[in-house]
Parts: sequence; C-alpha cells; structure tokens
Amino acid sequence: MARNSEVSPYVGKLSRSKVFSKKGLYKRQHAAAPAAAEPAASTKTVKVGGKANGESRVVPTARAPAYYPSEDVKAKKVSRKSIKPTKLRSTITPGTVLILLAGRFRGKRVVFLNQLPSGLLLVTGPYKVNGVPVRRVNQAYVIATSTKVDISSVTVDAKFDDAYFTKEKSATRNGTEAEFFKGDKAEKKAFPESKAADQKALDKQILSAVAQVPNLAKYLAATFGLTKGQHAHLMKF
Amino acid sequence: MSAPQSSVSTFKRYVEVGRVVLLNDGPSSGKLATIVEIIDHNRALIEGPVTGVPRQSFAYRRLTLTPFVLKKLPRAAGTTTVKKVWEASEVSAKWEASSWAKKRAAQQARRNTSDFDRFEIMLLKKQRRRLVNVR
Repeated sequence: MARNSEVSPYVGKLSRSKVFSKKGLYKRQHAAAPAAAEPAASTKTVKVGGKANGESRVVPTARAPAYYPSEDVKAKKVSRKSIKPTKLRSTITPGTVLILLAGRFRGKRVVFLNQLPSGLLLVTGPYKVNGVPVRRVNQAYVIATSTKVDISSVTVDAKFDDAYFTKEKSATRNGTEAEFFKGDKAEKKAFPESKAADQKALDKQILSAVAQVPNLAKYLAATFGLTKGQHAHLMKF
Repeated sequence: MSAPQSSVSTFKRYVEVGRVVLLNDGPSSGKLATIVEIIDHNRALIEGPVTGVPRQSFAYRRLTLTPFVLKKLPRAAGTTTVKKVWEASEVSAKWEASSWAKKRAAQQARRNTSDFDRFEIMLLKKQRRRLVNVR
C-alpha cells in the first residue's frame, strides 16, 4: 500500500521521517534473528594405518553417491498455499431456513443444522414436512433467508459427519457377466433402517421447534419460486 | 387565434426559499429538506436539520417539490433558524399524514418483506379471496 503518494515524479508527499512514523514500524517488537546453526562439517580426519600412508587422512563425512542422473532433474516447487476451511456465510447460522437452488430438491426450503468439516452444510427438510432428508449441500447453491427456526435446544448427533453420507461400496464388482444377463431390473436396495431411525430422532426435535411458530411448517412445506416482476437480486430474503 | 389568457398560473409548486422538497438521490435519498437559498437554475442550497439532511447544494433534477412551504423562512437562514421554523410549521406531521408519504412507506414495507413474510401475505390473500369470492 502506497502511503506516500507522489506530488510530482519521484517526489513523495511525505518526508522520510513522516513515512517512518506513519508506517509505525517502531511499534513492532524487534526480535533478534535466530543464530544460524553451524553447518555440519563436510569432512573429518581419520587415522590411517600403514607406514607409507601418513598418519591421517581427510575423508568426507557423507559418501558421494555412486549414481548420478544423466540429466538434471528439476526440483519441484514447494507450494506455500494451504487449504483453508470453508468460511460459512455470515447470514447462515444454525436454524436458518435455506432455499435450495440446485439438485433434485431445488426450490425446497430446509433448516440448516451445522457446517461439516468438509465445508458442506448439514440440512434437513424436516423429512416429514417437505421430503428433504438429512443431507449435505454446498452453500453456493443456497439462498439464506432471514427466517430462523429456534433450534438452540436441538442436539444434532455427532454421527452426522461427512462419512455418514458417503456411498457404501457395493460388494460385487460392476459389470459381471451374471449381472449383465440378469436383465434391466437392478435390485433396489432398501433404505437402511438405522438411517431412517436417525432421521426420525433428529426431525422429532426440529418439528417441535417448528411447531412453535405459526405457519412455519406450511412455509417449509411450500417450494420457492419466482413470479412475474420478481427479481431475485432485488428481493430481500 | 390564441387561447384565452388567464392571469392565474397552473403551477402550484415553485422553487422558492422555504419550499419543502423530497430528495431522490444521494445519501439523504428519501428524506425531506427545505430550500434555504437558490444558487442558480440547476441547484439550490438545501437543509433538513430535523430530518437529518446536512446543508448542501442540491440539483433540482434530483429532488421533488412538495406542496409544503415554510413561509416564515427568511433567505439564507442558518441551521438554528431553519430548525425553529420547521418545528413551528409541523411539516413533519403533515408529511406523515399525507397519502404520498403513506404510499411511500407502504412501498418501502413491501420491498423489505422477507421470504417468510411474503409467504404469510400469500396465505392472507388466499383467505381474503375465499371470503370475497364466496357465492
């Protein structure tokens, strides 16, 4: 950042001392630079037997490798970038009603529970109200409304983590001969009962919170849509 | 053949010292102020000490004249005088009571509805329809 804007070419607005005081570097605590560690000795003197050999000999500590690549291999640049955790939008807090914009539940209004370590948002319909199960959504495909469900008394089980939502690997490999000739009918797996029970246990708490506010359940059951003359960017949610 | 000339002007609102104006632009947009001094054909010095509009020059094309006038306001009056005259004239109360201000407030309220509010409005409208269209 240029504090010292130029008055005319090469002439700054501020004097050198003004710049010093503006920068405020004198406020900073100056720590002495750590002393550089002494480099390990690359050679050592070794006693040598034999009369004609002299008493000792200077020998390298590490043996030179016997093999050299015929061409220089470039060292890869080390990336200094680090993966930062996804920042949750400030308008999204536990209990916020979100409008889903993508996926097969687009247009549905759901309740936000919490953010998972992967950065995805944990939401639930609740399932009984609008058919949206506990699932993960990306906050980019979501409109945060100003409506909040009071879920302060709701405890979201810790088992709802990213691993909970990963697809189970099928035991048999795809594309076996027997499977191919079995016909088009692929057997549909039943939804695991344990997950259905998890959903019920979670939604029971949320439904009681939703019931506190009149019309809120109806609101969650209704899908979002734009009508004539409504422009999403001009609307408040 | 000329139309019969009348001595009465059809214009009712003039740019004049003391005219209460509604600002349509800038940081004070939507607030009331009064003309304190006329600068030229394009701008006037305005101020709204009660409504929180700082003293400034303002272009006529960015304001709307209201039917209210502070008759007792002298030319180029200072802030204290403007405030005194404004409060004595009860312009603020008159403005709030006007249908113009009410319509603006209603528009503003409609614009600031949340998604849930809009849903509840829809429910109420449905209810009204049922009552009105009953045979």
